[in-house]
Amino acid sequence: MATSTPRTANRWQVGRLVERRVETPTAQTLVLEVPDWPGHLPGQHVDLRLTAPDGYQAARSYSVAGPVVDGPGGPRIEVTVQRVHDGEVSPYLIDVFGDGDPVEVRGPLGGWFIWRPEETAPVQLVAGGSGIVPLMAMIRARRATGSKAPFRLIYSVRTPRDVIYADELRRRIRDDFGLDIAYVYTREAPEGWRGEPHRIGLADVNTHGWPPDLQPLTYVCGPTGFVETVADLLVGLGHPSRRVKTERFGPTG
Amino acid sequence: MGIVSPGFQGRPRTQEPALPPGQYLTEDFPVLSAGPTPRVSLDTWEFVIAAENGSEYRWSWQELMALPQETPLVDIHCVTRWSKLGTTWQGVSLDTLLDGVDTGAHFALAHSYGGYTTNLPLDDLRGGRAWVVHTFDGAPLPAEHGGPARLLVPHLYFWKSAKWVRGIRLKTMDEPGFWETAGYHDYGDPWREQRYQGD
Ligand SMILES: Cc1cc2nc3c(=O)[nH]c(=O)nc-3n(C[C@H](O)[C@H](O)[C@H](O)COP(=O)(O)OP(=O)(O)OC[C@H]3O[C@@H](n4cnc5c(N)ncnc54)[C@H](O)[C@@H]3O)c2cc1C
Repeated sequence: MATSTPRTANRWQVGRLVERRVETPTAQTLVLEVPDWPGHLPGQHVDLRLTAPDGYQAARSYSVAGPVVDGPGGPRIEVTVQRVHDGEVSPYLIDVFGDGDPVEVRGPLGGWFIWRPEETAPVQLVAGGSGIVPLMAMIRARRATGSKAPFRLIYSVRTPRDVIYADELRRRIRDDFGLDIAYVYTREAPEGWRGEPHRIGLADVNTHGWPPDLQPLTYVCGPTGFVETVADLLVGLGHPSRRVKTERFGPTG
Repeated sequence: MGIVSPGFQGRPRTQEPALPPGQYLTEDFPVLSAGPTPRVSLDTWEFVIAAENGSEYRWSWQELMALPQETPLVDIHCVTRWSKLGTTWQGVSLDTLLDGVDTGAHFALAHSYGGYTTNLPLDDLRGGRAWVVHTFDGAPLPAEHGGPARLLVPHLYFWKSAKWVRGIRLKTMDEPGFWETAGYHDYGDPWREQRYQGD
């Protein structure tokens, strides 16, 4: 039924950039201080809105990458932005948006593509490229809440250099009991990797996901073509559609 | 106007067509849905209007195709902010389907193969403003865009144009659908920017 959406989700408020982290050559994490942030669930997103001097506005959605962090000036949230070649908003956020600059923020938004830490069902996460962001929010929330739900992540990237949150993921496989991660490389695999670069297929999902009889909850996020492919494979393997939640990040595959 | 973002110019803008506020133009046809794409066979496909008094009106695929066909040329606006202008469709007007349905209901809940639902005032399905469409751009509607048939209600945000539509339940009381219970606006008028609850 209706998720309780805090009232502040419905208005634009001003956030400020307080920190920036380079994740890959094309993706950066932006830490925003949002004084009236009402809290959020892993998987939810914000809308960010930019205004030009002539009043022109552009808004885009970005998943919140992890739990809220307390800062000296109030709550902070993180988003991770992947540069879209010839894009209007993402290159601005990566190249121009400066320390202390304001941006309008609306959220949290989205009451469907969410994982609730009180869920105990096994979780399978399938990420393509920047589709890792809301899934990482789930992995981080699992750790932060001490959830014992078993998690499996399949993460498809072009090359090893494109793995967002690479160091943290390495740490988490070691420290977060019950979390497994499998990578699929589409263009270039790391030194010593077994197998050839390939697009995600039935064997990957079958080998590294949970079988349907364990009744896992599945979250698939990435470019549209990726999500279409993976969701079809999962249904083909016998996962009921109602337990496969998808979020499509962009129009192109 | 919001606070100015230092250094933000936006994309060069020359004679942009009149779009609803906050929308940008796309030439692509993006896909947005909550789960996997259902595949529906035409042999078993049916469209059912269920009136509030319990009576049901059913059409098989062949029966739908035998009804008078229209070819709407419309602009569509997705709540995720893309708009696509001048899209061409073929299908059957809801006026045709509702003709002869005995109802005093004011609301409709469209439901889909796969379980998706969305609510609309019944009046918004009337007056030549809504269709059950099966053809896009001259070709059968692809499954990822809602084929074999979807609702087309172009004057509302596109989530109201339920993909894989299976029927419509007529209601005396408004009942929010899938996205509407997940925080989206009950009505969804793009020109009034009714995206989320409270807009
Ligand atoms: C719910 C939701 C959550 C999202 N979360 C994130 C996130 O956490 N991180 C993130 O980086 N992005 C995320 N996105 C995508 C983001 O909203 C923008 O679409 C993206 O940043 C591109 O915006 P832009 O203005 O730079 O490009 P635009 O000016 O909008 O587009 C420029 C060109 O790129 C194409 N394009 C647009 N978006 C994409 C895309 N994602 N991939 C490939 N091609 C594209 C367009 O068709 C166009 O040709 C999310 C989208 C949604 C709907």
